[in-house]
Amino acid sequence: MNSIKDRAALISEAAARMGKETFKGTADKNTMARTELTAGGAKVTTLEEAIRKAGLKDGMTISFHHHFRGGDKVINMVVAKLAEMGFKNLHLASSSLIDVHEPLIEHIKAGVITKISTSGLRGKLANEISHGIMQEPVIFRSHGGRGSAIANGDLKIDVAFLGASSADPMGNACGYSRSENAKSICGSLGYALPDAQYAKHVIILTDDLVAYPNTPYSISERNVESVVVVDSVGDSSKISSGAIRDTKNPRDILLAKQAAKVIINSGYFKQGFSIQTGSGGASLAAVKYIRQSMIDQGITASFALGGITAHMVKMHEEGLIDRLIDVQSFDKVAAESLKSDPMHQEVSANEYASFDEAGSATHSLDIVILSALEVDVDFNVNVLVGSDGIIRGAIGGHPDTAGDSALSIIVCPLLRGRIPCVVDEVTTHITPGSSVDVVVTEYGIAVNPRRPEIKERLEKAGLNIVDIHSLKDRAKSIIGEAAPLPFGDKVVGIVMNRDGSVMDVIKNITE
Amino acid sequence: MEIKNAIAGTLESGDILIQIAPASESGLHIDLESTVAYQFGAQIKKVITETLTSLGVDTAEVKATDKGALDCTIRARVTAAAVRATGKDVWAD
Amino acid sequence: MMFVPGNNPAMMQDAFIYGPDSIMLDLEDSVTMAEKDTARLLVHHALKTIDYGNTEMVVRINPLNTPYGKKDIEAVVKAGVHVIRMPKTETAEEVVEVEREIERVERELGCVGRTQIMAAIESTLGVVNAYAIATASKRMMGIALGAEDYSANLKTQRSPEGMELLLARQTIVVAARAAGIDALDTVYSNLNDMDTFRKEVELIKQLGFDGKSIINPRQIEVVNEVFAPKEKEIQKSLTILAAIKEAEQRGSGVIAVNGKMVDRPVVIRAQRTIDLAIASGIINKEDI
Repeated sequence: MNSIKDRAALISEAAARMGKETFKGTADKNTMARTELTAGGAKVTTLEEAIRKAGLKDGMTISFHHHFRGGDKVINMVVAKLAEMGFKNLHLASSSLIDVHEPLIEHIKAGVITKISTSGLRGKLANEISHGIMQEPVIFRSHGGRGSAIANGDLKIDVAFLGASSADPMGNACGYSRSENAKSICGSLGYALPDAQYAKHVIILTDDLVAYPNTPYSISERNVESVVVVDSVGDSSKISSGAIRDTKNPRDILLAKQAAKVIINSGYFKQGFSIQTGSGGASLAAVKYIRQSMIDQGITASFALGGITAHMVKMHEEGLIDRLIDVQSFDKVAAESLKSDPMHQEVSANEYASFDEAGSATHSLDIVILSALEVDVDFNVNVLVGSDGIIRGAIGGHPDTAGDSALSIIVCPLLRGRIPCVVDEVTTHITPGSSVDVVVTEYGIAVNPRRPEIKERLEKAGLNIVDIHSLKDRAKSIIGEAAPLPFGDKVVGIVMNRDGSVMDVIKNITE
Repeated sequence: MEIKNAIAGTLESGDILIQIAPASESGLHIDLESTVAYQFGAQIKKVITETLTSLGVDTAEVKATDKGALDCTIRARVTAAAVRATGKDVWAD
Repeated sequence: MMFVPGNNPAMMQDAFIYGPDSIMLDLEDSVTMAEKDTARLLVHHALKTIDYGNTEMVVRINPLNTPYGKKDIEAVVKAGVHVIRMPKTETAEEVVEVEREIERVERELGCVGRTQIMAAIESTLGVVNAYAIATASKRMMGIALGAEDYSANLKTQRSPEGMELLLARQTIVVAARAAGIDALDTVYSNLNDMDTFRKEVELIKQLGFDGKSIINPRQIEVVNEVFAPKEKEIQKSLTILAAIKEAEQRGSGVIAVNGKMVDRPVVIRAQRTIDLAIASGIINKEDI
């Protein structure tokens, strides 16, 4: 006498005690073949419909990633659609913005976009903003700082529009495609992952809708509300454009070789070391010149971090670098490697460089080589605002990696034309001097007085170590004294430090 | 001093292109376009004026297109343009 | 010696950061006829203004039989050039003429004897007259081979092995040594073939040349590597020089190292090795 009918009273009693319903039976099974069923998945829709479904309202925050760099098509496409649909006062929070996003100027003028958060700005858009086109200042964050801000709620995203090179109808998405219809590849989606995880509503835009399951994926369908198929999310041939290029410039090669000598003699060039190179010809090339020393001395690196490049991939494949940790693929070779090599790991901006996550990769980083627009005599670095006062760069991972690494090396020419790179005080404070250790220029190498042991090692190796003041004086003797910049009184940008505090502000340029 | 149209220099990075023409009103009329106008515009005009004055050219239209040239380059290019404009060389024949 | 076109301000401004021993600003072949006047002024103002540190500054002028040569000399001597390089030198008389022009300008400035001369030999006649050219003036500090014109004059072309240049190279080294001045080899123009370039530098070092002319900063490293004395050589030379110092202190004229007598040429060679090692940054002056 213990059939389910006999237990009915007990089941009801248990349900009542738990505050639950009793089981009422299931709907009929859908017997359609699953390939057919999933192909028309409920999440696949048009951009306009996806925006409606997201419940986007005026004044809300929309977000994007910039993994396609100069080839990005998503931001302009989506904002044009939002303008067409009549949205106003939106806050655009992209991981970065570059020359190609110039059409945003019109949307700013029309009041569609009234607030921007980004890592950087370039080109005409940057010029307009520097001249005060926006009422609200642009908020600049580092990549690690943006990850933290999204995770801790400083930056709340209502709707994320994330371009992906492949997605299935459920929303499993990544920065490459294994299908024969693959149209684009950007590799790592690292800067999009915090958005995917924390945004209230996530829309994936893809130019290659593949059959379920799109494994391995970067963004899980669990975080995705809609999937929109578009002609193109980005032009992959342009991911290595802009700040990232392999240099033939003899001055860059000279700087790269000097930086390599600094690394080799720094005391950190040991079995199992880890390394990252920032964007910019000389810093990317430096890795080429430590390769031979690694072979000669029998040293291998445990990992290379960051923007991963073709050089890094080559050294990984040669066995010189054990693992690659990739928040952003700097070229197509790196993107292809991420797709095919399990030792080449994609990480989110948070896993990469969060100040407040002890496990983030930058905390395990020995050496970073970075570029700069300006360095001052206190070793502060500016990578955002040009010496003419106009925004022309990006914070990127600069303060994150300089701050967390054991040794940070800045590589920059003393002069770019008549523009000095070593100055009395940087135009805008981005990376604090306390986290910068060595500055390499073609006129000599300066070591932060906080690191006397590094200075001693480099001098012993016969490198030309000079006082940073003498570099600044040298620059002045060549180019003369620059007149003060015509700054106005309006704040057009706010620079956030990676810990969430306000580091500096950028004033408008009046001429 | 009698001058005719003359040009010297290039638009390469680190160089300056100087165009000199006769002026209807007396004095030096300098039209400067520069990649470093904010920081060095006044200095560049000063070097152009000093160089021309020292060569006896005090009335001319000057168009300068600067690509970040150093003062010594500006002096050389302005002198070259002035020599071509006046036909009077700074070196002995 | 790095060649830099005299009409390119950016390159002239930058050249010395790559660490060549000397920089040759060119007013001759790399400058078109229409720009001779502007290049001359650029070179003049660059020499006067830019701080080239310890780099030896050379200017290649146009020949005196052109409308440019005389003005070139005036412009660069007035700017304080270290060395005037004469192109296509064929006879001692040409050197004397250039010297006369230099002296005329120097007298005006009150600095007679300041400017040195180097002659580039770029023809068969020049090779035949090499020693006469090398000894034509007390200002002569070196002679150099210009192989492009020379091989055309020979009615042949340059080959990777350089057999066609062998006699000219050896004649120039011999003439330079006999005159007690430097011998400098010609340029190698294919920037993409670093291996052949290295072989050529090794060859000319073995032939006895003091240095190589280069056209791009990328070639400097190879020249420095080839010309840099080897560790063993440096150690041996240091021992020899130390023995001399000791002998001098004792007032003895006889020097022996490891029981062997040391001849005068060995001492000179040792000093040269150490000079080179210092120049290549392998050892510091203070360490000796």
